[in-house]
Amino acid sequence: MTTARDQVLERIRSAIRDVPESEQPEDVVVHRNYLVANSDSSRHGIIEQFMERVAEYKAVVRRVNQNELVEAIKDACHSRGMTRLAVPADLPADWPPSGVEILRDPGLTYDQLDHVDGILTGCALAIAQTGTIVLDAGVAQGRRVLTLLPDYHLCVVFADQVVGMVPEAFRALSATSTRPMTFISGPSATSDIELNRVEGVHGPRTLHVLVVDNV
Amino acid sequence: MGSEGLPTAPPIPFQDAAKVSLANAQLRRNMGKATRTIRGKRELVVAEMPDWEGLREAGRAIKERTIRHLDRALIQLEASVQQAGGQVHWARDAEEARKIVADVAKSHDVKAVIKVKSLTTDEIGLNAELEAAGIEVTETDLAELIVQLAGDRSSHILVPAIHKNRSEIRELFREKLGAENLSDEPKELARVAREHLRKKFLTTTMAVSGANFAIAETGTVCVVESEGNGRMCLTLPNVLVSVMGIEKVIPEWNDLEVFMQLLPRSSTAERMNPYTSFWTGVTPGDGPQEFHLILLDNGRTRALADPHGRESLYCIRCSACLNICPVYERTGGHAYNSVYPGPIGAILTPLLVGEQNAPSLPYASSLCGACYEVCPVKINIPEILIHLRGKVVRHKQDQEGLRGRLDPEGLAMKLLAWTFREPGRFETAQRLGRIGQWPLVKNGTIEHLPGPVADWSAMRDLVPVPEQSFREWWRTRT
Repeated sequence: MTTARDQVLERIRSAIRDVPESEQPEDVVVHRNYLVANSDSSRHGIIEQFMERVAEYKAVVRRVNQNELVEAIKDACHSRGMTRLAVPADLPADWPPSGVEILRDPGLTYDQLDHVDGILTGCALAIAQTGTIVLDAGVAQGRRVLTLLPDYHLCVVFADQVVGMVPEAFRALSATSTRPMTFISGPSATSDIELNRVEGVHGPRTLHVLVVDNV
Repeated sequence: MGSEGLPTAPPIPFQDAAKVSLANAQLRRNMGKATRTIRGKRELVVAEMPDWEGLREAGRAIKERTIRHLDRALIQLEASVQQAGGQVHWARDAEEARKIVADVAKSHDVKAVIKVKSLTTDEIGLNAELEAAGIEVTETDLAELIVQLAGDRSSHILVPAIHKNRSEIRELFREKLGAENLSDEPKELARVAREHLRKKFLTTTMAVSGANFAIAETGTVCVVESEGNGRMCLTLPNVLVSVMGIEKVIPEWNDLEVFMQLLPRSSTAERMNPYTSFWTGVTPGDGPQEFHLILLDNGRTRALADPHGRESLYCIRCSACLNICPVYERTGGHAYNSVYPGPIGAILTPLLVGEQNAPSLPYASSLCGACYEVCPVKINIPEILIHLRGKVVRHKQDQEGLRGRLDPEGLAMKLLAWTFREPGRFETAQRLGRIGQWPLVKNGTIEHLPGPVADWSAMRDLVPVPEQSFREWWRTRT
């Protein structure tokens, strides 16, 4: 009996029999006539653009010095009246604020995560052009569910993690591309009602970004 | 949708179905407002990209490279997914794909599944099959949920409930979800959806998704979304089944740098959509621990076998062509009678099911070309529409034998071709026309033609043959 696999492949080969036998995929030339990095922007300009574009998604964004970071985290948590905060296992030891119960993953259940007041993480990198934060399950990020169930996500982005353009990001991520990865551009939103963007559906309804000057 | 989202025999012709939609003033207002909004926004986010044309060319070339060697790309993808701990299935048609999903559900004794919005699963009529097997199916995308609650059909590939406005949605939520005292503020409507679905997300153990892209090189699968319902389905359950058309494969991870710029700006008119998930097989301790990828043909190899229609398989389902189309804006999606409406649907549907099963769709266009201009992978939709019209006519002629070859349109075209072939014949025809047209010319135009071409001229005014043609005038010069 022919398997579905054999038959689908056979149909494909028969359908493309007009393609010369000798042709290789690379023979179809892909001209990459698009920008891969913004050469004219300064580091400062890139950080400014990142903050501007994150804010346009109605996320909260604040720039701090390295020695202000711990205080800024504490402010953010206290201003929301937070009592319970989830964190990934490998979060830097001095980040979790005092006066708040810290629930450290791994081991947190969905139910626990659904009932915390927020999640605090770092990120893999960020993209200025689109105001995007990328999580790749690397240091200070943890597994995907952590940044999904809590209604508030506080994310720390170091200035040297911000790249200018989308192609820079994909190239930088290619080494870890087989890890579970999430691109986050603003809080959860929908365009399903009359094609207008509305923030706040299933993911965190508040995204708070702290950009740390470390360069 | 019905049991399947693609026609299997000629449905009600588009032109007749469109009349029903056109008579619905509320529908036209809703469609006009939504498509105008999104068109304006798309223009802005595309205009800020100095390299947009380069991205379009690259996107098209990557797709062409893959499609011309599709067998190799799929074999590589299969190996990469298996290497990463995923299971790969192949499905020749909708029935086979539905059975694979149902079998996975049965093997885990699952009573409910949650779904990420997926055109491919709509195409194969998955929900009806699962429900018949006693499995509860919950659509988790807001617009899909609206359509499911209303027992309605999708009318747009990205925003299935585009035909409903906010107050219609509020009424639906009041009635079906018991949400009293609800305003029609979109924010509040979104909150109701959040509360309604949260428990389902937390307790359901199997999810079904589609896929926007799959990377042959790494086995990575990608879902692009906004609300976070996708992330919920891709992260929380223990079992995940993703159904993808075989044309969704792309060669390399870095190719995403092109498509992840083209897609968000063309679809929801954003620099980037809120959430995009990438996963590769199974990752211990993070997300589903059992992953199935179904590679679906269901007519795609038929489209592939048509060298002129083949490029319809480059489509990344952005919906820019729907939003810009003057025909779609007025008729809405239902008139197309396919899970793929609008300009792309008018070519993709007949290519997938055979033009004899959707003979009216290639005519659902004024051939204005706006769809081609906005397409992020430069699919030449108008040219394929004309190519398919030719196939429809030839099919009809073959079916009808002598009667087909003698039909008035065919004969008229043959006569025109014969006339245009020789300058002498053309000039004779002009002279005859000048004599013959006088009873038809009113105020300098011909509004109606008699006999078999009366229908054709009902919507068109013709310019009469002038008293003196250019060539005649040229000859009088000394």
